[in-house]
Amino acid sequence: MENLIWIFVSALLVNNFTLSYFLGLCPFLGVTSRLETAFRLGLANIFVMVITAICSYALNTWVLPYAPYLRLITFIIVIASSVQFVEMAVKKLSPELFKALGIFLPLITTNCAILGLALFATNKGYGFVEGIVYALGAGGGVTLALALLASIREETRLMDIPDLVKGTALNLIIAGIISMAFMGFAGLFSAT
Amino acid sequence: MEQKNNMSAEEFLKGLWKENPVFVAVLGMCPALAVTNSAINALAMGLATTFVLVSSSLLVSLFRNIIPKQVRITAYIVIIATFVTVVDFLLAAYTPVVHKELGAFIALIVVNCLILGRQEAFASKNRAGLALADALGMSFGFTFALLCIGVIREVLGNGSLFGIGVFGEGYEPWVIMILPPGGFFALGFLLLAFNGVTERRKNKAKLKDLN
Repeated sequence: MENLIWIFVSALLVNNFTLSYFLGLCPFLGVTSRLETAFRLGLANIFVMVITAICSYALNTWVLPYAPYLRLITFIIVIASSVQFVEMAVKKLSPELFKALGIFLPLITTNCAILGLALFATNKGYGFVEGIVYALGAGGGVTLALALLASIREETRLMDIPDLVKGTALNLIIAGIISMAFMGFAGLFSAT
Repeated sequence: MEQKNNMSAEEFLKGLWKENPVFVAVLGMCPALAVTNSAINALAMGLATTFVLVSSSLLVSLFRNIIPKQVRITAYIVIIATFVTVVDFLLAAYTPVVHKELGAFIALIVVNCLILGRQEAFASKNRAGLALADALGMSFGFTFALLCIGVIREVLGNGSLFGIGVFGEGYEPWVIMILPPGGFFALGFLLLAFNGVTERRKNKAKLKDLN
């Protein structure tokens, strides 16, 4: 149990996917102009990540021992089809959300956070339950980072900022500061 | 013939500055920030990406009339993943040290939006020669950008360049630059500089037009 909590908190805060591994930066910089959209994208991310964790566990156990060189290709294809599934479900359940997320939903396929999750979980040798907890932590971490940046960006809209700095440059610098704050979590577990 | 050459040259050059994948299009950010804590890692990542982008652009362009429209993205991804697997094994065999440093990020070249983006936007619509020029330009632009970030981070954060000290003993390194936040800061300020230069050029061109 303690081990599971550690995996969760580590993926959520200490080794945050977005802020310390730089994974999933495209949506991080692209969809974070509004808090609500960012939050929903984060939720979609968690969902896909959990599916990915289940799929990658299945692949690692039953398929890949026989053909290790197919690892990347099978991961990608399984992830792509699971994203397709989310996309269809979202389109059916809430067309509004589908419109709001626009191009970024299919792009979750080429989101490094998703493939990164599958690869890291494999490298760390996580089992089934550990994999799912890891996915929840990582997805929660991505959502947290998206929501933080989006709320700061909403505030900056009212500020007087030179044109030159507006846009990606400003977002990156804000992200750097958030990332610096997150570095404080590094001491959370090593001390005990 | 001459016009053909001009076109290829143009496709090549646009990737270096005008449509630079990192500074202008802001694509492929994950590797641009994750592995650029030293110049040598940045260079290795740039070259690996170059290999994957050039080979998959060439292949996609050659097969562009055979690949059915409905499954094109899947087809591109399979092609890209194949070349990434090749690079992964090549690096593991010949430069195990670099391979270990870059770790999972070599495998993550598969999901570099830059590569898939070029297949969809360019290679699938143009003949092989142009696709090759475009891929080369884009990947050199990408490597150039990575190297810029890598050099800045290594010089400031470690006081060295390609592992050789540049400031001597008395230099107190800015450790933050080789840690994750440094990546965000370095790219943020580089983008600022890039915007500044572009803006200035535009203004100069405007002045010329007025005169």
